[in-house]
Amino acid sequence: MSTFAPAKWLAYGIVIGLLAFAIFGPILNLALWAVAERWYWPNTLPSQYGFEFWGRVFSERGRAWESLGLSIFIAILTVGVSLLISCPAGYALARLSVPFRGLFMLAFLLPQAFPNLPVYINIAQIFYRTGLNGTVMGVVLVHSLHGLVLSVWIAAAAFAAVDRSLAEAARNLGASQARTFFTVDLPLALPGIMAAAVFVFLDSLDEFTGTYFVGVPDVITLPLLMFNASMGGNYQIAAITALILLIPSVGFMLVIERFLKADVIAKIGG
Amino acid sequence: MLLLAPALALLVALFAFPISVSLLSAFSDGGAYSLGNFARSFELYGGDILYSGAVCVGAVVVTDLLAIAIAGYLTLGENPRIVAILRWLYRWPLFIPFIVAGQMMRSFLAKNGLLNNAIVATGAVDPINTFGLLDWRGVIITFIWKQLPFVTLILAGAMASLDRSMIESARNLGAGRLRALIEIVVPQVTGPLIVASVLTFVTLLSVLSVPVMINAGNPTMITVDMAYRITSLGDYGTANALGVISYLMTAAVAWLYLRQGIRSEPKL
Repeated sequence: MSTFAPAKWLAYGIVIGLLAFAIFGPILNLALWAVAERWYWPNTLPSQYGFEFWGRVFSERGRAWESLGLSIFIAILTVGVSLLISCPAGYALARLSVPFRGLFMLAFLLPQAFPNLPVYINIAQIFYRTGLNGTVMGVVLVHSLHGLVLSVWIAAAAFAAVDRSLAEAARNLGASQARTFFTVDLPLALPGIMAAAVFVFLDSLDEFTGTYFVGVPDVITLPLLMFNASMGGNYQIAAITALILLIPSVGFMLVIERFLKADVIAKIGG
Repeated sequence: MLLLAPALALLVALFAFPISVSLLSAFSDGGAYSLGNFARSFELYGGDILYSGAVCVGAVVVTDLLAIAIAGYLTLGENPRIVAILRWLYRWPLFIPFIVAGQMMRSFLAKNGLLNNAIVATGAVDPINTFGLLDWRGVIITFIWKQLPFVTLILAGAMASLDRSMIESARNLGAGRLRALIEIVVPQVTGPLIVASVLTFVTLLSVLSVPVMINAGNPTMITVDMAYRITSLGDYGTANALGVISYLMTAAVAWLYLRQGIRSEPKL
């Protein structure tokens, strides 16, 4: 079995190499555009490198700081709204005897099982009538709908994983239900809830379709800024804003294994 | 129940209510019941509806096959170094948003993109004969690139929790790795595979940014048509009819998969 086989190693090398090129090639191409000052066909690589466009993106007129700040602000508000709503719901679904529990769990999964674009255009139409269109609050609400699905399920799983006898012991010692929740259940479920918060934050930061319909024309988050630059044919500016969006996504991918194992993710789906 | 009320209220206000509005709007014309919006949708966008379905199904099928191959190697692979490299490699695009993936592929797959430049550099093709992939192929490639880590992650998780004794006895009886994968491992993970596939299909069917950025010409995906009906014409009726058609496509795929799954004993 362990005989040295150069042909086999070569085959492994080629397959892994091609896969690495398929995965990193697009990322590398984006990074090249971010530092290319001139890149015309048929040059294989940019003919002039530099950071001129970075200055332009982060200048007063480039609006990148403004959009980044707005995106983070919206994401934080979305996390706040989603968790405030989903923690009690997750607790109720995990601990209390809710009638039709399965049905409720399914209901919270439904938005994930529907194509969301048709839903967003109708939310936009409803918001238009109520004056929520083009406001930060409107965008936060749309992001919260999506965030709710993730956070209710993760919160329910987190509360279900807390040992029930600990809460019962606290109750027997005379703690009220509210006090038990805040001093026993909530702290113990906190790691799971933090995971939900990170998910919701990232989801909101990257969200495009809902913001495109509901935020128009005043709320320009970073993904919208990137989209506008790309549609305007400005590859350098699109690439730079895309790179900024890439940092939290890749960072999260690299650390996710620390607090959410693959088999747990599989259980959420199954 | 009181604890559930805020969550349910949000769900009703921002999901159930908009869906009802979309159904009402799709099936009415000037206040009266009508199928005119659907007639217009099929007349103007019949090709795009088929195209959207084909692109999404194609992307899901290829993604599933690649995910089975990668997750299978992660489970059955005998070379720990290759397994480690693969495990590190496959998940990079996991949380990269579609819009960023679209921008990457827009430059990567273009005539002067890195893909063509790399092929030219190997000497296989002249610079004159390079070809851009910014059409349906580009959309499918972007979808696969983005969704492959998600499906692989779920499959690899499911495969890791399988009972290994059955795989090992099959291997001992002389079954090759490929045969063990196809006949022993894959049939036991159809449940998670179905869930991942349906979620992927639904997700892909409502992506707006990728088709706009990579393939806005004709034919294109119905998400682009819906956006056009609304932002340029303010025509909610036709847009909502297309929306209802996309709900039905999702339902059809979910139903097909579930039926298939029941036949092969799912572990849902």
